[in-house]
Amino acid sequence: MSVNNELVTVNFGPQHPSMHGVFRMRVTLDGETIVDIEPVFGYLHRGTEKLTEERTYVQIVTLTDRLDYVASMSNNLAYVSAVEKLCSIEVPKRAKYIRVIVAELQRIASHLMATGFLLQDLGTFGTPLMYCFREREKILDLFEILCGARITLSYMRPGGIFQDTPNEFWSELETFMDNIPGQINELESLITGNEIVLSRTRNIGVLSPEDVINGSLSGPMLRASRVKWDLRKANAYEIYDELDFEIPIGATGDTFDRYLVRVKEMKESIKIINQCAKLIKPGPVRNEDVPLVIRAPENEAYAAVEGPKGELGFYLVSDGGISPYRCKIRAPSFMNLTLLKEMAIGGKIGDLIVNFGSIDIVLGEVDR
Amino acid sequence: MYGLGLFKGLSITLKNLILVNRTNTIQYPDKKASILDLAKNEKKNLILYIIKNPLNTVKSFLGLISITQHAPQHPRFRGEEFSWYEERCTGCASCAKYCPLGIIKIVTDQTGKNYQEGQSYDIETFDIDIGRCMFCGLCVEACPYDALHMGSGFEESQYQRDNLVINVEKLKKTEKKPSHWFRPQLASKKDYSPFDDEVKWDSVGRHQKPTQKDLKNKWIRSDIE
Amino acid sequence: MSFNQLYIFVGDLLPFLPDQIVFIFSGLSMAITICTFILGIGAIYTWFERRVLAKFQSRVGPNRWGPFGLLQPIADAIKLILKEDIIPRAADKSVFIVAPIIFLATTLLVYSFIPIGDDSQLGGLNVALLFVLGITSINALTVFMAGWASKNKYAILGSIRAVAMLISYEVPMAVSLMGVVMLSESLSLVDIVNSQSSMPFILIQPLGALTFLIAAIAEMSRAPFDMVEAESELIGGYQTEYAGMKFAVFQLSEFLTPIFTAAFFTVLFLGGDSGFSFIPGIIWFASKTFLVTSILLWFRATWPRLRIDQIMGFAWKVLMPAAILNTLLVGLEIVFLNENYLFQILINSIVVCIFIYLIANILGQKKLILRNPVPSELANMDAN
Repeated sequence: MSVNNELVTVNFGPQHPSMHGVFRMRVTLDGETIVDIEPVFGYLHRGTEKLTEERTYVQIVTLTDRLDYVASMSNNLAYVSAVEKLCSIEVPKRAKYIRVIVAELQRIASHLMATGFLLQDLGTFGTPLMYCFREREKILDLFEILCGARITLSYMRPGGIFQDTPNEFWSELETFMDNIPGQINELESLITGNEIVLSRTRNIGVLSPEDVINGSLSGPMLRASRVKWDLRKANAYEIYDELDFEIPIGATGDTFDRYLVRVKEMKESIKIINQCAKLIKPGPVRNEDVPLVIRAPENEAYAAVEGPKGELGFYLVSDGGISPYRCKIRAPSFMNLTLLKEMAIGGKIGDLIVNFGSIDIVLGEVDR
Repeated sequence: MYGLGLFKGLSITLKNLILVNRTNTIQYPDKKASILDLAKNEKKNLILYIIKNPLNTVKSFLGLISITQHAPQHPRFRGEEFSWYEERCTGCASCAKYCPLGIIKIVTDQTGKNYQEGQSYDIETFDIDIGRCMFCGLCVEACPYDALHMGSGFEESQYQRDNLVINVEKLKKTEKKPSHWFRPQLASKKDYSPFDDEVKWDSVGRHQKPTQKDLKNKWIRSDIE
Repeated sequence: MSFNQLYIFVGDLLPFLPDQIVFIFSGLSMAITICTFILGIGAIYTWFERRVLAKFQSRVGPNRWGPFGLLQPIADAIKLILKEDIIPRAADKSVFIVAPIIFLATTLLVYSFIPIGDDSQLGGLNVALLFVLGITSINALTVFMAGWASKNKYAILGSIRAVAMLISYEVPMAVSLMGVVMLSESLSLVDIVNSQSSMPFILIQPLGALTFLIAAIAEMSRAPFDMVEAESELIGGYQTEYAGMKFAVFQLSEFLTPIFTAAFFTVLFLGGDSGFSFIPGIIWFASKTFLVTSILLWFRATWPRLRIDQIMGFAWKVLMPAAILNTLLVGLEIVFLNENYLFQILINSIVVCIFIYLIANILGQKKLILRNPVPSELANMDAN
């Protein structure tokens, strides 16, 4: 007896419960096994790079909020450091500390969200996601104290930050910092030891160090595959050279390692914030010489920061006008999607979803 | 042993079930009140309240009484009820130039008094289309005379997009409750909360608006006359 | 009151009526009573599940309609009835409509043989156990009907998964019930309850109870075995194309199955309505069922989902040997240790521990060993 076997093509997305944003995958299936997969994106294309060409340098800060909308602070930081490099603007010391604190808070928030959604993709009925969001909410509250918004922050300006921290921020930060390590430990004991999570994520989507370097991946994806590379150490921007922290790496490069690296990074971020809160001293937070409308010299500059998802870079070319001639954004989510096909082919549908969840993309950044 | 991780997870969820203070939800715009909340509202002892209001006690036990609750907001909150001070505004349209989306429209009438600094024109149109506004607050940052401030409210929903445009009459009528966003002089003011107090025009600025006499002294110099 | 009592009561009250009419009348009224009661319980259970799940997740849950949100099921029902009833153009119309009806009918049918009190409510069938097993396996067929008729790829994938999974778990479930049947020497649920008056079967055969519970969770496709409508993979599985009242019927049946499973587990392993006699039997039964439902809910709130091949492997590699071992043990004990319950409990507990330990060591890993990561030499910042 011969079985008639036919391949089926299924669209995952753009509307699908586990597609992050409006990503679409055209998946060819042989039963439950994945034969081919073709990512399709562009559903959220807003032309950010083009829009920057008719906005002044400060106005572009509001655009960067909307790139990776779960990590606006990191985007702001990357953009303003590019502008500062372009125009050689000095940043006061206190502003640097505050920038590092908020960037690390944002990293914790983004990693919490990534972990929560990975677990949601694994099929928990929302419980770890809710715990993650509960903690993320407290970080958003801190941001609201700082700048009056929770997601679209527009907090940083070329030459510093827009305004000094209010007094209640530091006490709130202290309560938060007392609380969060326990919560992360609790989350870890809910997830890390769970045998179902282990059997679903271990040895799934394994990426070798050669693969990730050839695919120009960055961030937790890179570090999970045993590559010890972090821009915070390699290219110590702001004040990271004064701080003491580790770069966690994974053992095998599978989905579980990517989760574990994120959890470890959250703990390192807590260490960094605690150090900064001790070291910070009063002073100016904004370079007063920088005008509202910056006229940059005819030059070009590339500055990158280690965002929660990887190397987030802004490449600015100026023709001497009040807005950049060209702005290229190196979005980590987009780069990290490169190896989705290698991870998914040969696995089951469930593995595909979990692999995709472990990349942790935000479509605002992928499509720009 | 294999399987212990599963039970560890069960214990964590049970912990979250039992510990009530883990719940972080703020119920908006109203919440179902318990007896404790009601007694607290009327500033009475719990037992006294139960004896005096048995009906309310039963009702609140059944979850039939709700009390209004507002989401906690911080003073720097960038709300959509812009606070605009006509007295401080010179009609320079810095805000309109600085808005990334170009949603502020200002038309001035030049028949007013013409002074070199702090020129004051009659403002005929001041439209802010908050249907397209993204509340970045750059207009507030750009205002040289501290005339425009972010507000503190956010409950301005409308059924039609046209109604979302704030015009000059609306701006004049709105309660002036400026937010602390980019206004350090308000933050340094003691006991000022943007949710309770209304602020007059003469106390919001970093510097006072010059009087006619000051301007005359500055611009119309006697040695030229 | 059971069917038999009602039949005799009506016959005595109106002796002039022919026997058939009394039979039909009392049968119908009993059936309607049970259906209404069960559907009401199901509606309350939807509220309970949502509310408790919310507490597990440190949320608030439905609390707007009525006291503690108790009227939420009614609001949901009104909303679902008022929704447009969409039938896809490519769908097989008749099968598409019939599938949810059969699904609800089979779910309701099995309830009639759960004994509460002396007798089951709608006729004491003497092979009720077989009947229930047979009826529950129709679910696989209905799920496949729904998935196939929708003409949707997600639905078909979901229903293929459902058939594969439900059929595999049917086997260990049936085999694990063999011990119960051997001990009580009857297929009638009433007899099974009566034979547990001195000792509930969960103590005598813990392995059988565990196997049955796991297989039953898989059978009703709830977490961690909710492969059939795996939300993050297949959107809604076989329910993807359903909307309005048809969807509501599916949902209601899905909410009814855990209650039924808990009740069935109570009857088979927890001694039904038996307990200390100063509390009425119905309360014993209800509280035991409630306990089992809550435990199922707790599992659902905590654990992620297994992958399809892992689920199938678990059925054939773990549950099937466990069920056979349980049957073997019970059989041997009936022959050699007649009615010596305490000794049986001792032996069985030891065997369960050894079995779980062996299975864990053969199939799983002893514990989570986090290997010390070695940085790759391709790009190592520490080396520089």
